[in-house]
Amino acid sequence: MEKFKTLKSQAIPLAIENIDTDQIIPARFLKATDRNGFGDNVFRDWRYNKDNSLNPDFILNNATYSGKILVAGDNFGCGSSREHAAWALTDFGFKVIVSSFFADIFKGNALNNGLLPVQVSEDFLDVLLTEITEKPDTQLEVDLEAQTITVEGTSFASSFEIDPYKKTCLLNGYDDIDYLLSKKKAIEAFENKE
Amino acid sequence: MKKTLFDKVWDAHVVDAIENGPQVLYIDKHLIHEVTSPQAFNELERRNIPIFRPNQIVATADHNTPTENQHLPIKDENSRKQLEQLSENCKKNNITLYELGHKYNGIVHVMAPELGITQPGMTIVCGDSHTSTHGAFGTIAFGIGTSQVTQVFASQCLLLTKPKSLRVSVNGKLKQGVLPKDVILYIIAKLGTNAGTGYFCEYAGDVFENMSMEGRMTVCNMSIEMGARGGMIAPDQTTFDYVKGKTFAPKDEAFDKKVAYWETLPTDDGAVFDKEYTFDAENIEPMVTYGTNPGMGIKVTDTIPTVNDDSFEKSLQYMNFKKGESLINKPINYVFIGSCTNSRIEDFRVAANYIKGKQKANNVTAWLVPGSKQVEAQIIDEGLKTIFDEAGFKLRQPGCSACLAMNDDKIPQGEYCVSTSNRNFEGRQGQGARTILASPLVAAATAIEGKIIDVTKQLN
Ligand code: SF4
Repeated sequence: MEKFKTLKSQAIPLAIENIDTDQIIPARFLKATDRNGFGDNVFRDWRYNKDNSLNPDFILNNATYSGKILVAGDNFGCGSSREHAAWALTDFGFKVIVSSFFADIFKGNALNNGLLPVQVSEDFLDVLLTEITEKPDTQLEVDLEAQTITVEGTSFASSFEIDPYKKTCLLNGYDDIDYLLSKKKAIEAFENKE
Repeated sequence: MKKTLFDKVWDAHVVDAIENGPQVLYIDKHLIHEVTSPQAFNELERRNIPIFRPNQIVATADHNTPTENQHLPIKDENSRKQLEQLSENCKKNNITLYELGHKYNGIVHVMAPELGITQPGMTIVCGDSHTSTHGAFGTIAFGIGTSQVTQVFASQCLLLTKPKSLRVSVNGKLKQGVLPKDVILYIIAKLGTNAGTGYFCEYAGDVFENMSMEGRMTVCNMSIEMGARGGMIAPDQTTFDYVKGKTFAPKDEAFDKKVAYWETLPTDDGAVFDKEYTFDAENIEPMVTYGTNPGMGIKVTDTIPTVNDDSFEKSLQYMNFKKGESLINKPINYVFIGSCTNSRIEDFRVAANYIKGKQKANNVTAWLVPGSKQVEAQIIDEGLKTIFDEAGFKLRQPGCSACLAMNDDKIPQGEYCVSTSNRNFEGRQGQGARTILASPLVAAATAIEGKIIDVTKQLN
């Protein structure tokens, strides 16, 4: 897993609530057996029209907005456990997703893929959405060590929570497998106790 | 300390804990399927890590399988490759696989319980969010992502933070025509789609105590739709009777010993939950959803609420419904009875019982998709297939089918489908498809009438 420390980037506003994983990557694109290439189909049915032409009204197709941070409406990532959703977002180039609420499984999947879910208050989310929508070249800075997100050139800033263990993993690029493998002895002892 | 059912099962599986961090939880059974496992196998291979406990893994093919002509080679190349990869991976790693056509094949959350793989007091995971289904047995069962599938492959454990506890009680007697599906759709409509996030839910009260195992599975299945990682129901005589004699259940003395342990699992009197809700069974009626998340549900006789909110309006626009509108008499062209929520034998009995002696409406395309080969065989044995045939229905072969429309069973753009599945998200059943979630009884009635009706009027 790639390390994550800080990120400064423009952000893309996606002010839709309850974005579920079927929206992030529809089931018909889950037939691949590796992790790559899902970015082509992220938000497929919003990004493309029925005839496969680009939908110019969808924000990801609007050249005014770009960046490695996606700022999305409340309750992001609900629905299926498909990790393909996290793969599609990272493959597309996102490193941070900001929302006022994340579904459990999505949050875990994102963290396991070096994609940082930043949960902020609804009020702060509104501020972010307004700022980046009105001034698309606004830079956001996410500092994982300090657990803060700030809007550059303004006084807008917020802290965010993250599990301390997960934070260490992200900062160092470790994943859970490394840790679990180091616990083999304890696991075997547990099995024998049964 | 008074403990909840969840506490007891969780605590019995903790191997170790990181200070101020997650715990190492031991996993008894790991179920896998073709869609969320290939990348996990690849990752292990890349890192040169062997599968730790292949005997505790069971595989089935379900998400991507055709529901017709399963004996022929799969036409869709990508689907075929995915199934081939699963077979190869299982063979290479000595994992039991019930592949397409096998007499034990079926949707993972239907086949595992009916084979006795699912037992009370276990921890079960699968790369599928509806793993919560198995909680009906008093099991801690939940969906995981592919990275976690890899972790369980490598260590038979997961690193997890213990979730908070939530209890939903429903007391009283259900009205005629009100099925377990209505109970859970009602609960989600009341609590919303993220009331359960961060929680593990226990369902309690006499409604669940009096419910069959099939019904309990329907309820626990949809726990994830209110955001909870899983749902559980205390094991009792109904549970033990169901498990007893199943193919992989313990036998004789070993079984009795297990029962003695399972009897200790129910929540202690006076145990405290972080959050509690209580509902009255009398208030529940047959339900339908009108929007694009499972929390947008109403009694079939109610009208769509008037809410002024962008995402609510966006949802209604997608469904082409209006605020204040009733769904009664809405013409419906597609009906799907299937999915891990409602594709067990009991669901087909309910449907057959209603359909018997009636004819399917001409405008309706109905897909009846059993959850497993065993359910399919039972449908035929019990003569239900004859009832369906005579009424103009066609029974298909088992699989996830139109629940997620990964195979050819897709609802066309703009069409409404009354579906017994669990998700009415935009595009879930096909691009532009409009899903109305309901019980197998409401679905069967819709197929007969060609429109939504108040089914309770037809009963007695
Ligand atoms: S039937 Fe639907 S919800 Fe159930 S496992 Fe299959 S795809 Fe998932």
